[in-house]
Amino acid sequence: MDKQQKIRRQIKAIYKLLVIAFALFVVIGVFMVYAIYNHETLLSTKTSSVTEYAIIDSEEDLDKIENGIHVRTGLVDAAGLMEVVNNCTNCHSAQLVTQNRMDKESWLATIRWMQETQNLWDLGKNEEIIIDYLVTNYPPRKKGRRATLTDIDWYELEE
Amino acid sequence: MIGILGADIVFGNLIPKGYQPLALQDPDPFKMFGLDDEMVVLNERPWNIEAKAHLLNDKVTPNKAMFIRNNGLIPENIDAGTWTLRIDGESAKQEKTYTLAALKSKFQQYTYQLTLECGGNGRSEFDPPAKGNQWTVGAVSCATWTGIRLRDILEDAGIKDDAVYIGYHAADTHLSRDSNKEPISRGVPMAKALQDETLLAFQMNGAAIPLAHGHPLRLVVGGWPASVSGKWVNRISIRNKVHDGTKMTGTAYRVPCNTVAPGEKVNDEAMCIIESMPVKSLITYPKSGALLKQGKKLNIRGHAWAGELEVARMEYSIDFGATWKECPIEKPVNRLAWQHFSARIGFPKKGYYEVWARATDSQGVGQPMVLPGWNPKGYLNNACHRIAVKVV
Repeated sequence: MDKQQKIRRQIKAIYKLLVIAFALFVVIGVFMVYAIYNHETLLSTKTSSVTEYAIIDSEEDLDKIENGIHVRTGLVDAAGLMEVVNNCTNCHSAQLVTQNRMDKESWLATIRWMQETQNLWDLGKNEEIIIDYLVTNYPPRKKGRRATLTDIDWYELEE
Repeated sequence: MIGILGADIVFGNLIPKGYQPLALQDPDPFKMFGLDDEMVVLNERPWNIEAKAHLLNDKVTPNKAMFIRNNGLIPENIDAGTWTLRIDGESAKQEKTYTLAALKSKFQQYTYQLTLECGGNGRSEFDPPAKGNQWTVGAVSCATWTGIRLRDILEDAGIKDDAVYIGYHAADTHLSRDSNKEPISRGVPMAKALQDETLLAFQMNGAAIPLAHGHPLRLVVGGWPASVSGKWVNRISIRNKVHDGTKMTGTAYRVPCNTVAPGEKVNDEAMCIIESMPVKSLITYPKSGALLKQGKKLNIRGHAWAGELEVARMEYSIDFGATWKECPIEKPVNRLAWQHFSARIGFPKKGYYEVWARATDSQGVGQPMVLPGWNPKGYLNNACHRIAVKVV
């Protein structure tokens, strides 16, 4: 096992611990709210949503995939997904990736720009994996000089 | 509360019991920023949110429909009571610091309606695509701003004869959380800084500026890319050269000095700073997709604006530009405020139509029907807006 994997495993273990600690903390918090407000809030939706959240945010659901989409980030589930999640969503949300479509040269130029001005680190061997992922899943689409209006939500106009 | 979004809960153990950390649930920007349900979130870190055309129908844009554009993270723990503004720079006769209270009491206050449009509004249409937030039509607003004239405070500190530009500095945090980096620090030439309508504002639509829009102090520079209207401003430098802050240089908020073919490479040295925004208009009523009974007339309404200039003529077409009809356009309530148009349209027979709107500025320059000149960062798309209508 190489060093990076080892570190990653350790980070994962720490993360897991933190998640459990947080879940515990929320449960204790909810318990205290119950204690303070007694029966009046027992049935309130606010407190139950907190409990619900603690359940959903367990380790196994963190990287849930639904209909080919990584639920937590909205990124397409494909080779390279976790490299993109781990390197490209620390400073900005994944939406800045998913709303853009570029060719290889432009994605690479964007990475270089972030490295030169935005404190992005050297991606090492992950760079190729990330570029491949981006070019494969978020390539440019031809739009021409003016596109047809689409997704029109027709409704009867009453005046 | 907003401050912890997007960050690790480093001091999780210090959070009061029972408190729901916003970042760990779905942060609801609609509640947090008081937005209309139909606003569109393009990016949640940093927050970038736009309106849809029909949400902008009010003559003065209400808070709930105002686009939010951030380059960095919204500052935490702002205290208007201790807020100060420093005037400095090579061309300031003296460095001077003012409290917010002093700004409000010492200088005369003015109120203007000012059009703010993101330089990248309409970016989503460019081909080849330009990177960045893919704004469609809704990164524009015209709210009422109240504050003091930037000119008054600059003159109070003293402007040297060699002054060229002003540059703002603000309290927001860089996305990387590197405290040595500014997310954005832009500015304008002295001539624009000294205009009557260039404000240091502390009120928006009659109340304290909301946090997302720059509380407690915002530079408001109507008619120019909204990125020069710095939010959370705490320092203004009077420069003896073109301000060289973050997003003033390179390709940011610049377009090729000479026009280029779509997709062409452009060197940084061949890019020029955007100043006034171009003429543009938006049909804000009805919402696109109206089904109209045959024989009924369609009332349309909207706004038009022209950067530093005024809109002189407004036209619409229901036949894809084959013929145009002129319609009334109101005078602006003050310089740099958007203007309102309306028309009552008849359709000759059943079918699918698009209503296209075209504004022309006081120098005779109108909006193109197709995309204007391609540029690497996808700025200044002022192509005609259109809505779909079916006569049934």
